[in-house]
Amino acid sequence: MLAVEQGDIGVVGLAASGILVAVAVAISLWRQLGLERSLLWAALRALVQLLAVGWVLQFVVDPDDPLVFSVLWLLAMVSFAAYTTSRRAADVPKVLPLSLLAYTASAIVVLGVLFGFGIYELEGRTLVPLAGMVIGNSLAATVLVSRQLLIAAIEQRNVIEARLALGLSSTEAFRPHLRQALRTALVPQIESTKAVGIVFLPGAMVGLILAGVDPADAVKVQVSVMYLVLGSVATTTAVMSLGISRELFTPAQQLRRPAQRTDG
Amino acid sequence: MSSPDAFELLDVDAGPVDGDPILRGIDLVVPANGVTVLAGPSGAGKSTLLRLLNRLDDPVGGEVRWRGRTLTDWSPTELRRQVAMVFQRPPIFPGTVFENLQVASADVGVDRAAHVLEHVGLSAELLDHEADTLSGGEAQRMCVARALLTEPAVLLADEPTAALDRAARVTVEDLGRMLADSGMAVIWVSHDTDQLRRLADHVIVLADGAVRAVGHLAELDASTDPIVRQSVGAP
Repeated sequence: MLAVEQGDIGVVGLAASGILVAVAVAISLWRQLGLERSLLWAALRALVQLLAVGWVLQFVVDPDDPLVFSVLWLLAMVSFAAYTTSRRAADVPKVLPLSLLAYTASAIVVLGVLFGFGIYELEGRTLVPLAGMVIGNSLAATVLVSRQLLIAAIEQRNVIEARLALGLSSTEAFRPHLRQALRTALVPQIESTKAVGIVFLPGAMVGLILAGVDPADAVKVQVSVMYLVLGSVATTTAVMSLGISRELFTPAQQLRRPAQRTDG
Repeated sequence: MSSPDAFELLDVDAGPVDGDPILRGIDLVVPANGVTVLAGPSGAGKSTLLRLLNRLDDPVGGEVRWRGRTLTDWSPTELRRQVAMVFQRPPIFPGTVFENLQVASADVGVDRAAHVLEHVGLSAELLDHEADTLSGGEAQRMCVARALLTEPAVLLADEPTAALDRAARVTVEDLGRMLADSGMAVIWVSHDTDQLRRLADHVIVLADGAVRAVGHLAELDASTDPIVRQSVGAP
């Protein structure tokens, strides 16, 4: 038997959990899905990436190390998230600076509350994972809201210009589309927050319980993490969408045309 | 021909910022009394010109003036409330007809809304109807009513009947005529020559991004330029 003690599954345990990858590969072979290589590659990449992160994190979260390493780590995460967003919503105007601003604002607001009210103690081992939750969970919603706004500006152009033609400001003319995009980005988060505990057990809580933490304590941490995710998704998408809305219009309240592609 | 509400275009180039201009070196006075029809072949730049007049677009070169002031000196929102616009496909906002009218004038009362609806030939009973249930002709007239709520001096109409059937086309044309007769300047893009001959007090013919002819219908009928004759349906 593999015994779990103090949350350490050991190398043997880790290797044994690889049996489950083998199950997935076997299913792929059996049903001729052609996904064996992808599955193995994904499993290997996850292992290597997490081992590397874990190794670096050891230094970052070491209580003896100055907090500056954690802050550098945070800055790197913000930059990487902004870069990823700009890749995935490439046609959105000023997407890179806006997403940098959005993730930074979200990190300041959310981490400000968590540490400002002493909910968590400010140290490497709390700052880095919490900032990771802020940014990681906001990424998908931020990309979604960015794309939604751009699509609205293109597909609803006639309605937006009709509002402008009635003498509405660009803010007023775009407000219904902004509201819709923000709702689209936030509703899935609200739904999954409502379903938590009933439909699924969140990863952080599962991890804590497996690592030997009292479930009651694990719940408290999990709830604070869920609120953190809600707050960070709301903040990031709000900053992003307000910024994009401004970029879509000229100072003369004209809806800009989508940037002409100059490649090719 | 010039009136206080006339638009003056001085050496105007217009079109995409980073592409070939659609309008080139336009010097023109667009009369703003009665109905002025902008005519000409497809791609001549009629809609492009119209959109300059309420600053939905700005020219890439030159200057547009109205009431003696260059348009960039106007607040865009103030200008657009005085120079209203209706479009080829009537843009319906979500909600009822009344809610559509409220977009133009947030504090419009039911009485005024009913009155403006009747003014464009629609029943006040439609106020409670969902706007997306209106027929094409009704929707276009509702859009005119919506535009009238800002009490404009000029109405720009970008092929307002192109998407309508014949019966609806006539009602919208009659509405344009009525508004012009009541003192509002109407500037109307059309490439329907029958419509042009029914409506136009003044005609501007554009072709290839340049002004080909300006004048009353009778003057243009006498033109020897085949493009002008074709654009106005000269007999």
